[in-house]
Amino acid sequence: MKKIIGLSVLVLAAAVAIPLACSKGVNDRTADIPALTPTAADADAGTWKPVLVARADTFTLAAPAAVNSVGYVAELNEIKGMQRSLSQADEDKIKYWSAGGVLRWNEILRGLVAKYNLPPYQNADGTYPAPNSANPFAYPLFPFANPPYAARAYAYISAAQYDALVVAWALKKKYNRAAPYQVDSTIQLKAGKAGVSAYPSEAAVLAGVNAEMMKLLFPTEIAAIEARAEEQERAAIAAGVASRSDIVAGEALGRQIAQLFLARGRADNAGKAIGTPTDWAKLVSDAQARGETPWYSLETPKRPPMLPLFGAVKPFLFDSATCVSLRPGPPPSTGSDQMKKETEEIYNYVKDASREHLRIVHFWADGAGTYAPPGHWDAIASEDFIPMHLSEVRWARNMALLNMSLMDAGIVCWNTKYYYYNPRPTQMDSRIKTLTGIPNFPSYISGHSTFSGAAATILGHLVPERAQAYADMAQEASMSRMYGGIHFRSDCTVGLTVGQNVGKYAIQRAQNDGAEK
Amino acid sequence: MKPKLLYCILLLLCSASCLQLQAQTDQDALMMDKNNLCIGPMYSHSSWKKYWEGTFKRDNQNLGTVTTQMVSIMGNYGITRRLNVMAGLPYIFTKASAGTLHGLHGLQDVNAWIKWMPVETSLGKGVFSVYTLGGFSLPASNYTPDFLPMSIGLHSKTLMARLMLDYQVGGFFVTGWGAMNWRSNIHLDRTSYYTTSLHLTNEVEMPDMAAFQLRTGYRSDYLIAEAIVSNNTTIKGFDMRKNDMPFPSNKMNMTTAGFNVKYTLKAVSGLSLIGAGNYVVHGRNVGQALTLDAGIFYIIDFTRKSKIVSSSKTNVP
Repeated sequence: MKKIIGLSVLVLAAAVAIPLACSKGVNDRTADIPALTPTAADADAGTWKPVLVARADTFTLAAPAAVNSVGYVAELNEIKGMQRSLSQADEDKIKYWSAGGVLRWNEILRGLVAKYNLPPYQNADGTYPAPNSANPFAYPLFPFANPPYAARAYAYISAAQYDALVVAWALKKKYNRAAPYQVDSTIQLKAGKAGVSAYPSEAAVLAGVNAEMMKLLFPTEIAAIEARAEEQERAAIAAGVASRSDIVAGEALGRQIAQLFLARGRADNAGKAIGTPTDWAKLVSDAQARGETPWYSLETPKRPPMLPLFGAVKPFLFDSATCVSLRPGPPPSTGSDQMKKETEEIYNYVKDASREHLRIVHFWADGAGTYAPPGHWDAIASEDFIPMHLSEVRWARNMALLNMSLMDAGIVCWNTKYYYYNPRPTQMDSRIKTLTGIPNFPSYISGHSTFSGAAATILGHLVPERAQAYADMAQEASMSRMYGGIHFRSDCTVGLTVGQNVGKYAIQRAQNDGAEK
Repeated sequence: MKPKLLYCILLLLCSASCLQLQAQTDQDALMMDKNNLCIGPMYSHSSWKKYWEGTFKRDNQNLGTVTTQMVSIMGNYGITRRLNVMAGLPYIFTKASAGTLHGLHGLQDVNAWIKWMPVETSLGKGVFSVYTLGGFSLPASNYTPDFLPMSIGLHSKTLMARLMLDYQVGGFFVTGWGAMNWRSNIHLDRTSYYTTSLHLTNEVEMPDMAAFQLRTGYRSDYLIAEAIVSNNTTIKGFDMRKNDMPFPSNKMNMTTAGFNVKYTLKAVSGLSLIGAGNYVVHGRNVGQALTLDAGIFYIIDFTRKSKIVSSSKTNVP
């Protein structure tokens, strides 16, 4: 009996103690990365070719006060005061932002995309409400950050950050004012050494760009992002790398350059991409006129197709005529033996999927409620850029090249999808059940394949030693859509090729932007 | 020998055709006699059409009716009349009647318990007893938790502790218990996920759960009939967003009302039949499921003595 009591007490004690002793906290992979200290400062980045800014030297700022002026000394006192009373929360924020502004803003943007990437719930009458940028707080919140919307958001913000930092680097070289920790040795350096001068502050440039871009892309988040922008600026001051006037100048510059991108974004046709019921009906009748079975929504109630006119959005890397020339030839006819064969292939993949195939499907699914395929490639790229210790301006350049590729891949892909309006495998054979959510737009060509082909191509140029790894990832991402039961082989193989062709335009730009000299 | 043969056939038939539910044996105030093993298959059929998305109750025409079937094998062995060990292993099948999502199937979580009755005493006109239970569950296969509602489980390792009180007067009884389930973090196939913010990791912190149950009814050597009310409450966890898919670390709360009937055959010594059912009367981030269970259990007495029918206080699930 004693034994029994002892055993039971032991079991109960373990049942209580083990869970309490186990720390269940979960950390992000990038939570504890060290402060960014670039291997190369890229001091001449002011000469790199911007995306929209015509010439870096068209932007001017008031010359900064001398470091021995009364005004500047007062700014140093602000920093000293701040550094005397830093809380643990302040220190955490300094550490967070010191890992790199481009990285952190990309992570924040990925979070916004995931938050807004939910299809609207239907109305009582079976129709669907559309998000409205004029009334963004009403359900469904504006925007629905679906893959094309997300690709465009990542591209605009990345390109705006890049242009703003190129201009900032030109001004840094021109004014060459030292950072507070360099001017006054009693000021502690709590971030990495950027290797370039402090006026204007690159942290504040990024804060200004991101806060401003929210006005177009995520209007319900303006207040929250302004708060993050202030947090980044305060962290830069507290870290001893920027004075108040470095910050003020940087933020103003960032906001000013963002205006170019806001103006472009308001006129790039994305606002009209949702189309009208007349447009939707024409897609069906056009496919029928070609003798093909038109795509229809597999949702109940049937949902209008996702952004059917996104294929007419103005690309970054080439003009709209090139976009049309990048569109591939047609898929196998819906009545053909080839289509029958490809449908049967997908049925065979899904009817008894292996655990490894399921893993691949879910690894790359990036569906509703996630940061979407472009966000996944941003995550892959970011985690490869971190150990490369890039300067902020080179970080911004690489992310801009990647995200412009992804957006333009999205445009060509959407252009193709709605040109052919081809059905999904499940529409061709209702026995095909899917291992991930079935996207609400036509099948040919696969978005994942096009995005991934483009991303792997430009990343293979930026990080040549990883080129094969990126190509393998793109191949797996592409195949994941067949394993998941939502794409035919033609959608995937052609999609990858089209994506690679888009990526080549980014390589061309990269070879000529002055950063690879 | 004949009953055993019959039983084996039934067991094979059931195992071949069926699926999981929660083990019953760890939830009732019944103990197996020393050296007796009660073992058998259970089949459970659970389906829902309406579900709670946070607090918003809705249906989903892209799922239709979601059905989960379970076949499990469960055993309960009496080390002594006061100390039992039990274990179960379920196999699950899921299916949606509408939409395109593919059902999944596989071995879910193996669970095991130690059940101890430290107190059994006369109190007033009846018998009062106290039970303590400690248990754990471990995923028995590499299934994915990240395809809800089609996933067959949440893939968490859990530790469970339960305190149960029982009072019986004549044939009537009331049992109440409270329990805690501590759940380990889980890992997804993807590298990031969104809860109320974005997480850049494949690891998910699983909220722990508290559970309560009250059951009352009639209990005799050959028949048990009882009504059961249960509550499961997730400690922390978050709500599904509007029109989002469920996620393993959601707050999954439910209150169920149900019944359980066990009939021990007089004709075949040691054989008993179980029928049970429950309905989710209120929930949060769960389906409004109607669950029906059936089981056949057989008692093997390793002492090779004649007594096989358990007493009203020493019984099978």
